[in-house]
Amino acid sequence: MSGFLSRGFMGRRRTPEELRDRLPPGQYFESGFPVLTAGPTPQIDTSEWGFRIDGMVRRERELTWDEFHELPFETVPCDIHCVTKWSKLGTNFGGVSVDRLLEGVEPQGDFVMEFSYGGYTTNVPLADLTGGKAWVVTQHEGEPLPREHGGPARMLVPHLYFWKSAKWVAGLRVMDHDEPGFWEQNGYHNHGDPWKEERYWTD
Amino acid sequence: MTSGAFPTPVTPVEQRAPGRWQIATVTRIKPETPRVKSFRLELPMWMPHLPGQHYDVRLTAPDGYRAQRSYSVASSPLDHGEIELTIDRLDDGEVSPYFHEVVMEGDQVEVRGPFASYFVWRGEAPVLLVGGGSGVVPLMAILRHRRRTMPELEMRLVYSVRSAEDVIYADELDDDALVTFTREPPPGWRGHTGRIDSSLIAEAGLDSGTAFICGSNGFVESASGLVLEAGFRPERVRTERFGPSG
Repeated sequence: MSGFLSRGFMGRRRTPEELRDRLPPGQYFESGFPVLTAGPTPQIDTSEWGFRIDGMVRRERELTWDEFHELPFETVPCDIHCVTKWSKLGTNFGGVSVDRLLEGVEPQGDFVMEFSYGGYTTNVPLADLTGGKAWVVTQHEGEPLPREHGGPARMLVPHLYFWKSAKWVAGLRVMDHDEPGFWEQNGYHNHGDPWKEERYWTD
Repeated sequence: MTSGAFPTPVTPVEQRAPGRWQIATVTRIKPETPRVKSFRLELPMWMPHLPGQHYDVRLTAPDGYRAQRSYSVASSPLDHGEIELTIDRLDDGEVSPYFHEVVMEGDQVEVRGPFASYFVWRGEAPVLLVGGGSGVVPLMAILRHRRRTMPELEMRLVYSVRSAEDVIYADELDDDALVTFTREPPPGWRGHTGRIDSSLIAEAGLDSGTAFICGSNGFVESASGLVLEAGFRPERVRTERFGPSG
């Protein structure tokens, strides 16, 4: 690390002591929930919503909104970290774990492309989505997920930077090889671990 | 840079490694409005950016505490060896107030970039730029670059500001820019007032091509709706929402 000091900088927005070790390097504590989206916000009615798991799988799976809500629903307390530097600590989402969604699917590849209504994609290794690490969520703080935050349903992969949690998610495509998604083609890191500060291609 | 013709549309960002932190020198500070200043930085490891790209800035306190933020580049990549960052002062922030209250010409700041290649202009035409408040900053990089490379290319800026004193780059707004004042227009103003609406978008005279929209979330939501109504295809509407970035 360089020994550079910013003349006259003392730091103002100190994180509360008890939260400090939950803040990855280069992140700051944000109590709001900023919105970041590359294009216009899609509108998807829950009557038309469907969630699909396809690609290299033994059995494809497709769920309607009602079928999705018959699956075991969990409340997920978590911290989320956006690559634009804010972190939101101690927030709660409600949804279904990817482990449950993959039951009976039998993935035949190690890589996944999350895909969304509106065309967004982001790639994640299957191992980062299984074992209680990822969910498809339809609620935030007990309320239906607002459209601007990805409603009716978004991915939640809280241990990676938040662009890996696709908004308006439409499904998961299992692949036998890795492929960059939308931001991964546009300068952002292929994996995106906030604790390793994997922000950009060259990190 | 290439001379004469427009620089190659796909820039070297794909081949080079922009990621390293470097210590830039502030060579000029220009107050734009009471709460916005532009900082011209000289970079030892400069590389050309795509108009619309951003840099990360990192501040380090004596006890090792660090704060990072991202700021859009406002200048054209034709300004060899330097970049301009235009920074809106957020009262509850810690990086923007530092720039406004502490940084002087001659100071050094740590930066790295340029980053991201989605909200960028690669020479597409025609182009509609729609900015709210300090959302005009990355759009100004696009406008400035077009003026210096291919001024005949069809590009209009629609710019929404609160009052006359909030206009950033006031001396550079030419007849390719349409301004609307949402709170207090300057005395004698005969142009648009109020929020951006379909008549203002229509006056820009573009109904297809690529649109770049930047501003607060609410601004971007309503502006992108208007741009879609005007006939732009959703996949040609690129947005950037300024979250809290203090």
